[in-house]
Amino acid sequence: MAKPYPPPAFVAPAKPGEPVGFFTDSSICIGCKACEVACKQWNNVPVDDIRYLNSSYDNTGELSANSWRHVAFIEKKQADGGVAWLMNSDVCKHCKEAACLDVCPTGAIFRTEFDTVVVQADVCNGCGYCIAACPFGVLTRREGIASHPETNGVAQKCTLCYDRLSGGEEPACAHACPTKSIQFGPLDELRERAQQRVADLHAEGRTEARLYLADERDNGIGGAGSMFLLLDEPGAYRLPEHPVVPTRRLKEIWGAAAMAAGLAVAGVLFAFGSSRR
Amino acid sequence: MGSNMAENHPVGFQWVMEAKLRGTPVIHVDPRFTRTSANATMHVPIRAGSDIAFLGGLVNYILEHDRWFHEYVVAYTNAATIVSEDFRDTEDLDGLFSGWDAERRAYDEKSWRYEGVDTAGPAHRTGTVSRSESTGALGGRTIHAHPARDETLQHPRCVFQLLKRHFARYTPAMVEAVSGVPQQRFVEVAELLCSHSGRERTSAIVYSLGWTQHSVGVQIIRTAAIVQLLLGNIGRPGGGILALRGHASIQGSTDIPTLYDMLPGYMPMPHVEDVNLEQYLADHRASGGGWGNLRAYLVSLLKAYYGDAATAENGFCFGHLPRVDPDQGTYRTAMGMLAGQVKGFFLPGENPAVGSANGKLHRMAMANLEWLVVRDLFLIESATFWKDSPEIARGELRTAEVKTEIFFLPAAAHTEKNGSFTNTQRLLQWHHAAIEPQGDCRSELWFYYHLGGIIREKLASSTDPRDRPILDLSWSYPTEGRLGEPSAEAVLREVNGWNAEGHALSGSGELKDDGSTTCGCWIYSGAYADEVNQVARRRPGQEQTLVAPEWGWAWPSNRRLLYNRASADPSGKPWSERKKYVWWDARKRRWVGRDVPDFNATKPPGYQPPEDAWGDGALPGDAPFIMQGDGRGWLFAPSGLVDGPLPPHYEPNESPFDNALYKQRANPARVRYDVPLNPYNADRERYPYVTTTVRLTEHHTTGAMSRTVGVLSELQPEFFCEVSPRLAAERDLEQGGWADIITARGVIRARVLITERVRPIRVQGRDVEQVGLPWHWGYRGIVRGDSANDAFAIVLDPNVHIQEVKAATCDIRRAEGPRR
Amino acid sequence: MSAPPSYYGRPVVKEPVWSPEVAVYFWLGGLAGMSAVLGFAARLARRPVLARASLLAGFAALLACPPLLIADLGRPERFYNMLRVFKPTSPMSLGSWVLSFFGGALGVAAASEVTGWLRPIGRLGELGAAIFGLPLFTYTAVLVADTSVPVWHEARHHLPFVFAGSASASAGAAAAILTPSRESGPARRLAILGAGVELGAVAVMERQLGRVARHYHHGPAASPARMARMLTAGGALLMVAIGRHRAGATIAGTMILAGSLAERFAVLRAGPASARATAGGETVRAIASELGRPPRPAWQR
Repeated sequence: MAKPYPPPAFVAPAKPGEPVGFFTDSSICIGCKACEVACKQWNNVPVDDIRYLNSSYDNTGELSANSWRHVAFIEKKQADGGVAWLMNSDVCKHCKEAACLDVCPTGAIFRTEFDTVVVQADVCNGCGYCIAACPFGVLTRREGIASHPETNGVAQKCTLCYDRLSGGEEPACAHACPTKSIQFGPLDELRERAQQRVADLHAEGRTEARLYLADERDNGIGGAGSMFLLLDEPGAYRLPEHPVVPTRRLKEIWGAAAMAAGLAVAGVLFAFGSSRR
Repeated sequence: MGSNMAENHPVGFQWVMEAKLRGTPVIHVDPRFTRTSANATMHVPIRAGSDIAFLGGLVNYILEHDRWFHEYVVAYTNAATIVSEDFRDTEDLDGLFSGWDAERRAYDEKSWRYEGVDTAGPAHRTGTVSRSESTGALGGRTIHAHPARDETLQHPRCVFQLLKRHFARYTPAMVEAVSGVPQQRFVEVAELLCSHSGRERTSAIVYSLGWTQHSVGVQIIRTAAIVQLLLGNIGRPGGGILALRGHASIQGSTDIPTLYDMLPGYMPMPHVEDVNLEQYLADHRASGGGWGNLRAYLVSLLKAYYGDAATAENGFCFGHLPRVDPDQGTYRTAMGMLAGQVKGFFLPGENPAVGSANGKLHRMAMANLEWLVVRDLFLIESATFWKDSPEIARGELRTAEVKTEIFFLPAAAHTEKNGSFTNTQRLLQWHHAAIEPQGDCRSELWFYYHLGGIIREKLASSTDPRDRPILDLSWSYPTEGRLGEPSAEAVLREVNGWNAEGHALSGSGELKDDGSTTCGCWIYSGAYADEVNQVARRRPGQEQTLVAPEWGWAWPSNRRLLYNRASADPSGKPWSERKKYVWWDARKRRWVGRDVPDFNATKPPGYQPPEDAWGDGALPGDAPFIMQGDGRGWLFAPSGLVDGPLPPHYEPNESPFDNALYKQRANPARVRYDVPLNPYNADRERYPYVTTTVRLTEHHTTGAMSRTVGVLSELQPEFFCEVSPRLAAERDLEQGGWADIITARGVIRARVLITERVRPIRVQGRDVEQVGLPWHWGYRGIVRGDSANDAFAIVLDPNVHIQEVKAATCDIRRAEGPRR
Repeated sequence: MSAPPSYYGRPVVKEPVWSPEVAVYFWLGGLAGMSAVLGFAARLARRPVLARASLLAGFAALLACPPLLIADLGRPERFYNMLRVFKPTSPMSLGSWVLSFFGGALGVAAASEVTGWLRPIGRLGELGAAIFGLPLFTYTAVLVADTSVPVWHEARHHLPFVFAGSASASAGAAAAILTPSRESGPARRLAILGAGVELGAVAVMERQLGRVARHYHHGPAASPARMARMLTAGGALLMVAIGRHRAGATIAGTMILAGSLAERFAVLRAGPASARATAGGETVRAIASELGRPPRPAWQR
C-alpha cells in the first residue's frame, strides 16, 4: 500500500546530529491557528497586540518576537469567477546559513545539535543586529510586555521547541496541527515527501503548487530547516524570492572596507606629505 | 452541508482531509465560502434556509434516474409499507398534511399511520400540543412490527410511491429557483453522490448547526436520512449521517439529558397525563425493536434514582418523576420569567444573555427573576446583565430597579475534575483531574451533590408528600479528598448499572424490569463492564484495528457504527468485499466482523419472528433498524414528528421570498412567541437581506471561554459581519469600517469584512444578498462586541424547540465608527 | 505588468531598531579612529601640537562611545556580553573587540600625553590606537551593509568609502579647530580630502543604488541627507577658502563635523525606510552564482 500522506501522528524522537525541521504543506492547512496557540502556550509567548487588522482572518499580522507562528490568509478571486482562500503557517526558516546567527555579537544565537537555530534569551542583550540581518523578517525585539520582564528587550523567535526535541517530543505546533499541515521530522525524509507531494499536486492539475526552501541549492541560504509548499508566489505570503544570507557577501564588504581604510591612510600621507615645513 | 466542519471541528476534520487526500470528493454546500470550503473539492453556494429544496431535489434525482439501491431499500426501509388511506400529502393540500388543526396549530397525526393501525397515540389521547418524544418517537403502540407491505413498491399508498409523489416537483429547475444552486451544479453534486453510493462505495453526509437551527431543522435532517436510505448509505462504513455537535460534551448532555423532555437514554419524560407507570408504558413501549424493553430501561433507571424506596408496589416511584406540560423549554421558561411565573433560575455553564436567540429578551427576563444562580469559569454576561448589558447602557434598564438576587459560584474547569466527555460520535472518553480547583471553584458534581444533601437535610423531618421525591432519592456517592469531591467513577458505575448481586452490568441486555437491576442510563450500560472504567481506556490507535474499540467506549455496547447490520445483505453476506463490515458467520452461528454488531449477535439472518413475539424478538433477521418498531429505516415517518411524516420545503419564518412550491409559506407548526419583546420582521422591503449566524474557529460559543483568554482574543478581536462587494457598494460599506445590522429586535454594530467569499444568490428570478454574523461576542471579556443573537427573534422548530438563527432577514447600513 | 504580490503591503524585512545614539556613535567612533591615525602620523611627522590635539579629540570622542552603544541595547545591563565571544562573521563582534582594544590603547596614549608619564608606553599606545583605529572607522559601514536592508546592503561596496571619507573629514576638522593654524595644515588638508571622498562616494553610491536611492531623497532620511551634503560641501569649500585663519578653520571645521554627523543620521534613517519598502519584492536577492551551492561546512554554520 502506498505510503499514506500526510504521515501518521507518531513521529520518532529527533536524534542529535540528525538535522530536523518542518515541512509546512499549506495545501492542507485549514487555517485553524492551533499552531499559533500551541506555540504561545508552550513557549510562554505573550499576548501583545489585540487589534483587528483588516486582513481577512489574520489578526496576527506577521512573525515577531511575540508571534513565532503566523497563519497567513490570502483571498483570491479565480479566473473562473470562483474564489480561493490560501492559508499558510509561517515560521522561522532555521536557515542552514543563518544571518541572525552569523551577526549575533554575543553568541546568544547558536546552532543546536538538531541543526536548528536558537536564541538564548538569557544571553541576548538586545543589540538588534539579527533583526536587520534576517532576510525573512522573522525576529523582533520583545518590548513593553509587562508580564514578561525577564525577556524584555531581548530578540525572540521560534526555537523549533528545542526543549521538546531534547525531551524526545515534536514541536508544539506540529503536535497541535490537526491536519498535519505542519510536519516535523528528519529533513531528508521531509524533502522526499515534499517533492512527492508537489508532484502529486501537479499531476492533479494544480500547477500553482511549488516548494519553497526545500532545495538547499535554489536559494542563497544553503537550504533551511523549514520548507514550505506554497500555492502562490512567495511574495504573496510575505516571503522573499531568492533569499540570500548577507554573510555570503561579507568578504567583499570587508574588502571594500580595507580599501577605504587604505585610501584614508593614503590621504593622511598625502596631507602630511604635501606640507613641508 | 449545514456545517462548517473545518472551522468548528478542526480536529475531526483531519479525517475528512485524509479521505480527500485518498481521493474522496468533499462537497461543501454553504451560503458562505468558509475555511471548510477552501479545503473541499467543491463549494456550492446556497441560499440560507433552502436546504430541504436542495435535498428534496436529490431525492427527486435519485428516484427519477433510478439511482436508488434497490435491494437495500426494499429490504431495509419502509418503502414497501402501505400507509393509511386517510393520509393526504402536501401535494394534495398545498403545503399541509392531513390532520392539521388550525386552532390548536398542531397536527393530529392519526392519518399518517401505517394501514391497519387505528389505535391512538399519546398525543391524540391527550389532545395537547406535544413534542416529538411525547408523540411516540419510540413508536409506541402505534407501530406494529409487521405492517402491510407491497414488495413490488407499486401500491399507490406504499411509502415509495408517496415519496415519489411528494418530491415530484423538486426538479433541478425548482432547486435552482428556490435555493439558488444552478441546475448544472446541482446535477454535478447529485451525480457525484449517486456514483459514490451503492454496493462498492458509500458516501457520508455531515451536518451541524447549519441544519438544526431552522424552524424546519428536524425535517432537513429527515430529508438527508431519506437520501441516505435510498442510496443505501446508512449502517455502512464510510456512509451514514454524522451530526457534529455544538460543543465538547453536548452529546452527553442529550444522552443523560439536561433537556426537560427526556429521561436518560432518550426515554420520554412522563406527561401530566401519565398517571402511572403502566399508563406511560402503554403509550410508549414499542411492540417491536429495542424500545420493546422500555420497561426494563425505565425501572432500572428508577432504581438508580430512588434505590430501595423504589418497589414494585409503588410503581418504582414513577410518581415521583416530574411531569412535562408540553413546552418547558428554555424559551418558554424565559417567557415565564417575563410573566413572573418563574422565580428562580440555575445557570450552570450556559449564557443565554448572549447565546440564546433574542438576547435582549433573555436579559430583560432574568431581570425579572427573584433569584439567579450562575455557575461558570468567569463572570459571564448572564451574571452581570444588571450592570453592563446594552439595556443598562441605553437606559432601558436601571441597575437599582433590578431586584434579582444573583449568586455567582465559580466553577471548576475540566482539567480540575474527573469525568467523561461524550463526543459527536457517541464516544465516551474519561478525563482525569490534573490539579485541584483553586479557591471556591467547584465542579458541577460537587455542587449539585452537596446542594441536594443540604436540601435533603432541611427536609429530613418533613411529612409533606410533596417532599417525598427529594427524600426518596438514593443520594450517596463516596466523596474524595479535601473538598469532598463525589467520585465521578462511582457515578459512572451507577450509570452503567449493576445487577441484583451488585456486580457491574455488561450491557443493557442484562436489564430486568422487575427492579432487580439498577442503571442510570441504559444506552451507557457496558461503560463499566467487568468493574473496569471502559471509558478511560487509552490503547494507542496504532496497536489496534481500524475501529480501535479499546480507545474509550462508545454507546451502545461499544458499537462504533450504528445499524451496522445494514452493511450486509438480507442473507448476511456483505454487500461487497470492499465494504464489508459485519457479516453472518454460519459456522460460528453469530455475527462477526470489524465492529461489535449493532444487532442481536446470535439472531440468524433468516430468523422469522413468531406471532406473539415482542421487542427485539419481533424483528426478523433482516431488519437492521433495531430501534424502530418495524425494524426498518423510515423513509416515511408515521409517528414521532409533529410537523409531518415527509419533509416539504418551507420558507424560514423571516424570508424575502414566498414559498415557490406551496401556498403554505412557512412551517405551520413552528413555535412562535408573539410577545412585545419578540417582534418578527414583517416588512420585506424594510429587511431585504438574508442573514445567518456563523461560528469561527478562534472562539467558542458565547465567548465565555475564548474572549476571556488572551491568545484567542488576539486571534479574532472584533465582531465583524461578512458581506459581498456588491452589497458593500450598495450600502456604502467600507472594508474595515463599521456597519449597523438592523432587525425588528434592534440594532447591532459590527466591523465590515467585504469578501468575495459571500456572494449574492439568484432565487426566484432575483438576486438576494446574505450577511454572515459570527455570534461569539458579548459585553464582557478581554474583547467585547455586540451579540449577533440580539438581532434574531425567537421562532423554534416544533419537534425539538431549537431556535431558527440560520436564516432570517435584516437590513444593513453604514456606521461611522465603533459604538461608543 | 501587474504589481508584484505582497502580503497586505507588509514588509518582508523588519525595520532596524537602532536608535539615534547609534548614528552619533558612528560619527564619534569614526572621528576617534581617524583621529588616532592622524595623531600617530603627526607624531611621526614630529608635529607634537597636532598630535596632542588629535589624540585628545579622539579620546574625548571615544569616551562617549560606550555609553551611546549601551544605551541602544535592549538589555543595557548585559553590555559585557559583547565580549562573550569573538565572532569573525559578525561585524558587531569584531567591532566590539576593536573598540575595546582601541579604547585601551588610546586611553594609555592619552594618559601618557596628559601626565607626561611613561612616554614610550604612550607611544606604543598611539601605535596601537592607530592600528585599531583603521577598522574602527570602517567596520560600522560593514556592519550596516551586512544586513538584509536593501539601501544598506546594495551599497556595500560604497558605504565603507562614505564612512572613511566622513571619518577623515571629521578627524581633520576636529584637529583643525583645536590646533593653531600654523600647525593644522595637514589636518585641514585631510578634512578637505575626506569631505571630497565622502561626497564622491555618496554620489557614486546613490547612482549605483538606482531606485533604492530614493530613500535618501524622500522620507525620514531626506532632511539629514540634504543637510549633510550641504554642510560637508560648504565646510570643505570654506576650509579651502578661509581655513588658514583659526576662526575660518573653526567655522569650516564645525560645518564639516556637523555634515559628517548628519550623513550618519541619513544612512541610519534610510535603513528603516528601505526595510518598509521590501513589501512587494524589493528585497536583497541571491545572484546566479550564489545558487546551486551547498551550505558552508557544518562547523562554520
